[in-house]
Amino acid sequence: MSGSLFVQHLFNAVTLGSLYGLIAIGYTMVYGILRLINFAHGEVFMLGAYFVFFGISLFHLPWGVAVIGSIAVSSLCGIFVDRIAYKPLRSAPRISALISAIGVSFLIQNLAIVIFGGIPRPVARPDWLVQVMKVGEVRIIPLAIVVPLVTLALVLGLLWIVYRTKPGLAMRAISKDIETTRLMGVSVNKIIAFTFGLGSALAAASGIMWALRYPQIQPFMGLVPGLKAFIAAVFGGIGSIQGAVIGGMLLGLIEIMAVAFFPQLSGYRDAFAFVLLIIILLLKPTGLMGEKLEDKI
Amino acid sequence: MLKVEGLHVYYGAIHAVKGIDIEIPEGSIVTLIGANGAGKSSTIRAVSGLIKSIKGKILYSPSGASQTDLAGRAPEEIVKLGVAMSPEGRRILPHLTVEENLQLGAFSRNDKDGIERDRDRVYSLFPRLKERSWQKGGTLSGGEQQMLALGRALMCEPKLVMLDEPSLGLAPILVKEVFDIIGEINSLGKTVLLVEQNAFAALKIASYAYILEVGRIVLQGRGEDLLKDPRVKEAYLGG
Ligand SMILES: Nc1ncnc2c1ncn2[C@@H]1O[C@H](COP(=O)(O)OP(=O)(O)OP(=O)(O)O)[C@@H](O)[C@H]1O
Ligand SMILES: [Mg+2]
Repeated sequence: MSGSLFVQHLFNAVTLGSLYGLIAIGYTMVYGILRLINFAHGEVFMLGAYFVFFGISLFHLPWGVAVIGSIAVSSLCGIFVDRIAYKPLRSAPRISALISAIGVSFLIQNLAIVIFGGIPRPVARPDWLVQVMKVGEVRIIPLAIVVPLVTLALVLGLLWIVYRTKPGLAMRAISKDIETTRLMGVSVNKIIAFTFGLGSALAAASGIMWALRYPQIQPFMGLVPGLKAFIAAVFGGIGSIQGAVIGGMLLGLIEIMAVAFFPQLSGYRDAFAFVLLIIILLLKPTGLMGEKLEDKI
Repeated sequence: MLKVEGLHVYYGAIHAVKGIDIEIPEGSIVTLIGANGAGKSSTIRAVSGLIKSIKGKILYSPSGASQTDLAGRAPEEIVKLGVAMSPEGRRILPHLTVEENLQLGAFSRNDKDGIERDRDRVYSLFPRLKERSWQKGGTLSGGEQQMLALGRALMCEPKLVMLDEPSLGLAPILVKEVFDIIGEINSLGKTVLLVEQNAFAALKIASYAYILEVGRIVLQGRGEDLLKDPRVKEAYLGG
């Protein structure tokens, strides 16, 4: 493989990895606090893409407004899911919340079919994002630079919230000891809602960029990326934000490079992530950055 | 300042506290002593709002505010009203730094300057914490963790501070230090409810004491009187 082709693949890998990483953060944050796998997370990713699409095609909003609006509304959707599907089950056995999560996921997918229609819709992308640029021998589209940069900005912003603000402090405290955190005056349900909001915002951002990268949206588009991002979160060490980003990046890298170097494997592309999951669970169940976990679902 | 009337605490079928009355006058140190499983922690956890299945009244009336019944309120509300609790076993957040643990203690407040002032006061009360402000809570020694737990409970501007077995598991010299600090906290104007198994030290420092046995108050009186009481001597002070 030529050097320039390799660089192109690298850009693709980082782009895909960024998109996985952004979704994975939401899984990992919710898991860190509630020990719950929020299966509806992939659906928020899908909603984020649809909201932008409708914002532009139906309401003729400018791109920027549609994107911000979609992220805000998706964030509220995430909070709403917690409110109706998980909050009533806080003191129930964990398996109940897990079943509820799977139920909500199906519910949103099917509602999306009813409301948005089941037919995949093409996404009209702004030209400047996809005009091929040639840098020496390397041919890339600006999107392959924009996605990692946006992701970087979002992740830095998130880390700032988590490590430098009061709600962030409460999030970190809750993940270790809910009762003591309540004794310190933290309203746990508010912080949980805040966590769902943050994670959903990132998933929506990922969904929007995904729709720009692979310009088609459909109600099930959140399923596979959601599952893979979950694997990325486990890979990185579930509960760790840095781990989720690293896990996402590595998964993107593995998928793109495996296909690049072994084109005959391209049909199995989606299987790599699952093979990876099995390998991690066998070799290092806590993931790369993970701490010891007492009980994992 | 706090008047507990007919308090019952249940854990499912277990009836842990069976109708107790406690009164804590403003500015005093009151202690609750008793053997393992007597219901001491259950009592203060009920006051903190951590246990939902309770019966009875928990009337809180700090000077300059009207009376509120704490029963049925959420812990975060109760902290805002000025009731702090340092739980049994300290429960320091191990992955947060000393400074962050203290900031968490001040979560219910928004007055930046006031928080900083109280943080500095905690650091002057516990110079060792100041040296270790960037250290993770989990890396502190048991004694240092206890100091941090006490300091953290002071960060929410409490009027009433409830301490659950602050001397638990500490070397004798540290036990003395902890009790000295409890005295100091009290002299800062905080009312203290102290749960202890170290009956001797607790009775010495407290102005009034309640002795709990399997969920009931079996004896009460002034600390110094109970210290001389033959029944107390036999059961709690080693004869
Ligand atoms: N979460 C719980 N579920 C069921 N029973 C409990 C629970 N917590 C306490 N109990 C029971 O309630 C009773 C009182 O317990 P509590 O913790 O209040 O005692 P304590 O006086 O604080 O004892 P210790 O000195 O050992 O801390 C005990 O019989 C205990 O087994
Ligand atoms: Mg106890």
